[in-house]
Amino acid sequence: MARLKFLCDANRCIDCNACVTACKNEHDVPWGINRRRVVTINDGKPGERSVSMACMHCTNPPCAAVCPVNCFYQTEDGLVLHSKELCIGCGYCFYACPFGAPQFPQVRNFGSRGKMDKCTYCAGGPDADLSEEEYVRYGANRLAEGKLPLCAEMCSTKALLAGDGEIITQIYKERVVTRGYGSGAWGWKTAYGETIVVT
Amino acid sequence: MTHGLNWIRALVVMITLVMGAQLGQAMVQAAGAQEAGAQAAGQAINPTAMSVQESQLLQDETKIQGYLAQPDPKLAVLEQPLGRLWRTFHEAWLPWGSGILILATVLLLGGVYLIKGPIQADEVSGIKILRFSAFERFTHWMTAVSFIILALSGMNYIFGKRYLMPLIGPDSFATLAQWGKYAHNFLAWPFMLGVLFMIVVWTKDNFPQRGVDWAWLKAGGGVFNNTHPSAGRFNAGQKMIFWWVALAGIAMSVTGIMLLFPFAIFGVSGMQITQVIHSVIGFLFIAVIIFHIYIGTLGMEGAYDAMGTGEVDVAWARAHHDLWVEEQLRK
Repeated sequence: MARLKFLCDANRCIDCNACVTACKNEHDVPWGINRRRVVTINDGKPGERSVSMACMHCTNPPCAAVCPVNCFYQTEDGLVLHSKELCIGCGYCFYACPFGAPQFPQVRNFGSRGKMDKCTYCAGGPDADLSEEEYVRYGANRLAEGKLPLCAEMCSTKALLAGDGEIITQIYKERVVTRGYGSGAWGWKTAYGETIVVT
Repeated sequence: MTHGLNWIRALVVMITLVMGAQLGQAMVQAAGAQEAGAQAAGQAINPTAMSVQESQLLQDETKIQGYLAQPDPKLAVLEQPLGRLWRTFHEAWLPWGSGILILATVLLLGGVYLIKGPIQADEVSGIKILRFSAFERFTHWMTAVSFIILALSGMNYIFGKRYLMPLIGPDSFATLAQWGKYAHNFLAWPFMLGVLFMIVVWTKDNFPQRGVDWAWLKAGGGVFNNTHPSAGRFNAGQKMIFWWVALAGIAMSVTGIMLLFPFAIFGVSGMQITQVIHSVIGFLFIAVIIFHIYIGTLGMEGAYDAMGTGEVDVAWARAHHDLWVEEQLRK
């Protein structure tokens, strides 16, 4: 069974935001919600790296662990999806996520959050595949049509890769071999590290 | 890269990141501050020295932030590994710690009630004296009822999915949790108002009193040796409860408001700390109030009338708050 993953090649990303725009457009993402974004470290200085970041669909998802209503579920491909019907908008998943993937519309009383929204790997949600309700709630379900996420498809430099982990690894390995040692994707040393030993 | 350059770079990075983190803004502002700092020091701008290495970012700061084209500062955080620590706290330490605390409190009080029994009222004279005015009683009950619902809805965030959801299923539970969230958000306001009123009305009676309070505490309130140590309008135990409610109530209110308007002041690290404080003090508060409810209802005969009707038996008052009765009779 394929394990679907994202990989953003920080050496290729040119901060064009095509992935951001593609995602926004494909899923009719409302104003104020940004499922995908491009973060640039060292902007304008040597060692500038841009990384396109959305949900990383973790194997042991912290968002699912802290949810007080257990609205998350994991598909066979390893995707982390959630149900907007069960979500109460408490915001715990945002505190737990190391990448800040969950997004909330500010629509309710006081500063309260509406239902959580995040990158779905273009796989929709628990509603019936390709139905009207699913599109309105979660956006397009490209995976049900046999396609891969649009952000990776639209990437102008093929920095953002999405698909089966084995195939992505192959592609990335070839790039690394061609470039030589030292060209690592940003965050490759750690996403969750407590101590960093620089060798 | 010599060792010399390394520490200059680390220092510049550290200053930059501390400023950037405090503002909670994207790297744009931090970069601007960096250049200004370098120019102010009279040095030429050295981009290589100012750029940051990945390993340094996580060592100097608890999260990695950068620049981004979208205007939401929360999105500028690329990685925040503290989320893992918060997850461990929220899923392991908090449920276990608070669960044990609450259960221990209930079992302890249950044991005291069954073994020792309630504190008996010695004589009943039949004459009543006013103990709490209508306003005081209104304030107390408004705060108390709000607190009960706040406590239940608050505990639902932590224990609900473990114990309640398997009973009623995810859909009903989600609806219940949603309404619990509304209740928690809206009843917070009368609770805060009540705490404010209590502070205004009762602070003057709750200052520690020389000689009296310490003697009361040393006697253990007279509970276990069946004596009646002197006390004013409030005995030392009640004063401790008052100060707890006042101070913890303020802490809960402040953290609660910050959680109610998320990211108005803090970034994600600040919000995590706010949630930790709110939940820890919340559970301690629940334990304290369980004790308070016990003493005020089951634990002591004649005590409930004070808040229930406002009037207490004079004999009861003389036995437990003799200094206050004398003061009242002098008026």
